[in-house]
Amino acid sequence: MNRAAASHEVDGGPLIRATSDRDVLAEAAGLTVGYGGVAAIENVSFRVRRGERIALLGPNGGGKTTLLRSITGEADRISGSLRVSASWATVPQTERSRLDYPVSALDVAVMGSLASLPWWRQPGRRERAAALQALERVGMVKLAGATFGELSAGQRQRVLIARGLVQDAGLLLLDEPFTGLDASSSDRLETLIGALATEERGILIATHDLEQARRWDLVVCLNRRQIAFGPPGEVLNLAVLEATYGGAIVAIPDSGGLGILPPHHHHQS
Amino acid sequence: MIGPFSDPVMQRALVEATLVGVCGGALGCWVIFYGLSYASESLAHGLFPGLVAAALLGLPLVLGAGVGLVAAALAVAVASRVPGVGRNVAVAVVVTSLFGLGVLLALSPASPPGIQALLFGDVLGANDADLALSGALALGIVGALWLLHGRLLAVGFDRDFARSLGVSAAAADAAVLTLLAGAILVGVQGMGNLLVVAVLIGPAATARQLSSRMAPMMLLSVAVAALAGAAGLCLSYYAGTAAGASIAAALVAAYLAAAFGRRSRLPITVEEVP
Ligand SMILES: Nc1ncnc2c1ncn2[C@@H]1O[C@H](COP(=O)(O)OP(=O)(O)OP(=O)(O)O)[C@@H](O)[C@H]1O
Ligand SMILES: [Mg+2]
Repeated sequence: MNRAAASHEVDGGPLIRATSDRDVLAEAAGLTVGYGGVAAIENVSFRVRRGERIALLGPNGGGKTTLLRSITGEADRISGSLRVSASWATVPQTERSRLDYPVSALDVAVMGSLASLPWWRQPGRRERAAALQALERVGMVKLAGATFGELSAGQRQRVLIARGLVQDAGLLLLDEPFTGLDASSSDRLETLIGALATEERGILIATHDLEQARRWDLVVCLNRRQIAFGPPGEVLNLAVLEATYGGAIVAIPDSGGLGILPPHHHHQS
Repeated sequence: MIGPFSDPVMQRALVEATLVGVCGGALGCWVIFYGLSYASESLAHGLFPGLVAAALLGLPLVLGAGVGLVAAALAVAVASRVPGVGRNVAVAVVVTSLFGLGVLLALSPASPPGIQALLFGDVLGANDADLALSGALALGIVGALWLLHGRLLAVGFDRDFARSLGVSAAAADAAVLTLLAGAILVGVQGMGNLLVVAVLIGPAATARQLSSRMAPMMLLSVAVAALAGAAGLCLSYYAGTAAGASIAAALVAAYLAAAFGRRSRLPITVEEVP
């Protein structure tokens, strides 16, 4: 099926809905999801509208990835409701592709265009131009011809983000996209996320960076269940953070704010 | 035409070897990246009774091979449903049984003299009808690979992501397996039951040493397969060795040359372009 067409429909095509409803890209109510019938996160209720950047916060194993997978259908819905009314593009947390695969960064970005092509059409010049433009936005256009597997982990991450941009989806699911990025790439990605939000997309971003989450529109705090959902200014208080992260909360001396101990992150190969 | 290829038998053999090379070379790259090397060997060996039966009944070999392929695939599907039997075990048991059955049939007194040809191929025995059939199959395989290229590439790269694009990984697997069956049908006549796998894996493994993009790799693989075909036929002509085995030997030589060439080249490629 053609997801890009589905997104255009939502974009204000033939389906006329109430304005508020039209802006909702995804909505969960009392949602419990898991794997093989075993719940991983319980009682999740949130709403993603156009133009919103939503941080997913939580400890390792808290369920950030599982929440994103509930939207893609990779995790099973056990109870509650989930409505996704836009096309989505995902940038997964762990690399699933083999690094000896014979493709360039450009080839990988071009793959995003398959969503909008009928099965007998090959990506052509137009699709390559779109892919180059997306690589430009993530600062990877100079390395477009490089073999994907020979790029650094952070560079590969940026290529996968470009692939998601080529998909031109209404809903972007980014699973810890800042992991492995250096400071300047990080800034660039943050700017890009802001620009994508002003393009009326909804963006869900799993992150371990509290300060970053404070700059965005909404946060979902997860620790095997939903602890809180709302604007960071209202939600990110000590009680919520303690329930989310357990005892790993520390006061940040200079800012007077709160932070978490950096998680011991499992490294990707 | 000069040398060995002034002989019409050798000319037909060259055409046959080239067609086999085009199919095996192009498809082999997908076989490698879809992890289907074992499957291709199993399919090739599992169809042996069909081949022998066709020889016994005086039917076209390709027909026997086709029926044998379908029977082998069905037998594997049934066997892997037996509870407690893993898929690989099922494949191994079925394929070994079928291959043994084929050998028994071939050794029976009623068998025409030719088990040698069935096992190791008879590229010199190709007639015009064989060539036409091989040509049609080769055309179909190349056309399908061209049409499906982008999607096969996406599924091989990341199956879950391909699904999110609306590209079915199961359909891509089925397509590659079907084309693989077609390529085996083309190859088994000339290369025989044991050596057809060499044309499916050898050229692709060689090209993989030398190229890091799919399309150039496929072209290189086809070129290696075709050249090895011609070189093997020359070798067989001058040295009097079996044609199929000579082609397989040329493929092994090409692979070794590429592997060594790559190793000696390595220190240079480490220097990255800025
Ligand atoms: N494929 C799976 N099958 C079964 N259980 C899983 C699977 N993936 C995750 N889980 C379980 O679901 C829970 C939530 O995991 P999830 O990957 O969503 O956490 P996370 O918040 O993304 O963690 P991290 O910060 O480490 O990425 C964990 O208890 C984990 O063991
Ligand atoms: Mg995760």
